[in-house]
Amino acid sequence: MVGLGIVIFFVLIALLAPWIAPYDPLETSWSAVRKAPSLAYLFGTDEIGRDVLSRVIWGTRASLLAGVVSVSISLALGVPIGMLAGYAGGWTDGVISRFTDAMLACPFLILAIALAAFLGPSLTNAMIAIGISATPIFIRLTRAQVLAVKVEDYVEAARALGNPHLRIALRHILPNIVAPLIVQATLAIAAAVIAEASLSFLGLGQQPPAPSWGSMLNTAKNYVDQAPWMSIWPGLSIFLLVLSFNLLGDGLRDALDPRHQ
Amino acid sequence: MSSYLLRRLATIVPTLILVSMLVFGLQQLLPGDPAIVLAGEDRDPAAVEYLREKLHLDKPLPVRYAYWIGGVLRGDLGESLRVQKPVVELVLEKLPVTLQLASMAILIAILIGVTAGVISAVKKDTAWDYAANVFALWGLSTPNFWLGILMILLFAVQLGWLPASGYVSPFEDLKGNLAAMIMPAFVLGNSFAAVLMRHTRSAMLQVLSADYVRTARAKGLAERVVILKHALRNALIPVITLGALGFGELLGGTVLTETVFTIPGFGKLVVDAVFNRDYAVVQGVVLFTASAYILLNLLADLAYFLVNPRMRG
Repeated sequence: MVGLGIVIFFVLIALLAPWIAPYDPLETSWSAVRKAPSLAYLFGTDEIGRDVLSRVIWGTRASLLAGVVSVSISLALGVPIGMLAGYAGGWTDGVISRFTDAMLACPFLILAIALAAFLGPSLTNAMIAIGISATPIFIRLTRAQVLAVKVEDYVEAARALGNPHLRIALRHILPNIVAPLIVQATLAIAAAVIAEASLSFLGLGQQPPAPSWGSMLNTAKNYVDQAPWMSIWPGLSIFLLVLSFNLLGDGLRDALDPRHQ
Repeated sequence: MSSYLLRRLATIVPTLILVSMLVFGLQQLLPGDPAIVLAGEDRDPAAVEYLREKLHLDKPLPVRYAYWIGGVLRGDLGESLRVQKPVVELVLEKLPVTLQLASMAILIAILIGVTAGVISAVKKDTAWDYAANVFALWGLSTPNFWLGILMILLFAVQLGWLPASGYVSPFEDLKGNLAAMIMPAFVLGNSFAAVLMRHTRSAMLQVLSADYVRTARAKGLAERVVILKHALRNALIPVITLGALGFGELLGGTVLTETVFTIPGFGKLVVDAVFNRDYAVVQGVVLFTASAYILLNLLADLAYFLVNPRMRG
């Protein structure tokens, strides 16, 4: 429940950003370049005098958005395809499974980098790239769950009653495979937040001057010796947000899946 | 036995073909005329024409794929537009650096991850177990480029013990090479150690309650011998296979680690290629990593098969 608490905390920060950020995250000040943390600037300032705290607060939006939107893309693509593979079986399943294997063979981050590179650098394209790269995990999980559930008596009964396939899939199978999907989605958000930060760190995500934790770290690494605070806070935020989704996912798994206790 | 091996070998062929199609398909994502995009900003008409011909852009997609895959099979991954070198040559040039980094990272990950996993399983529900689990969560939640920056801050800037970045060949200066590589290797191995710790812990817990471990204990063997010789040896079998799956993430991590520590390896090659719009290099690297990953998992499965007598029947 600690995880859920931190997640809610970050959601609130993202929603309330315009009211709680002490400064404009884009406002530069040549009289306050690389100032150490002080009462005026709690987290210090960056190389062109922008307030690090305000940028960290606004950066929460990019990270949360990237986490949630990319995983929504993965779910929207992965669940229907996985259900089709598991439910239809035969050569449909064969083709989909081989394709899933091929995508899983490309390391997640390298695939995301390649997709983002070919699509062009922007936050939207980074989210698409991460979403597509994470899709095969959901295809595989959904397929496995459908295979386990479709031999259950209640599905047999629904079939014997003459229900159409789509109705069986949506009304009888889907509700019974939601729990593991929720657990996986929560853990995938954690991975997506790291992936977005990584892409932004490499310059393939949120473009400057818009604030994002990853791109803040990219600049900060050039000032490690002069302004270490520039790298502490954005990194700590990524760590906390990812940790909270990991804790939430582990907690949900313990609560929803009796085999995992 | 041989039928299993043949079946396993047969599954990687369609996977490799599909991977090549995916990598080839990346090019279709480029907006507009690929020849113009690939030719770069100056868009020299001669270069555009050369590319159009070289990439067979006037031919239909399947024909273009056939030309491309034909080249790949002959070891031709295309040419880097930026440095005018074959992609294969570039990849092979950078590979040793990344291999050294990855091997050191794996070694560190095994040392930390397996040790922590064994301790937490043997001392289940104690402070040790708790500490090991906290370590795993930390490893899984820390972005490795941030950990890299923090370590540079501590060990290079504050303490001055290690160089902040740079690379020396081990053949020129072994000590300098190790000093430059130890931080990146630790950073890269950190999250992999967490993955290995979790796998080792659950495998050990399963094995420790098995009959043969109880028998070994009943024979009066020292606890150390029971754990290291009887339990760990068997617990490591699934860890090898699962560990090989985690290797993909390690390869992805090299991109970030090499960027933070400015190490001229494989990852740096991709990042530079991305920014130079040197798409053939990006494609080449993806294809190369994916194939390496597929082969590595094949090897892990074979190792699993060889050490597990039950599968040989």
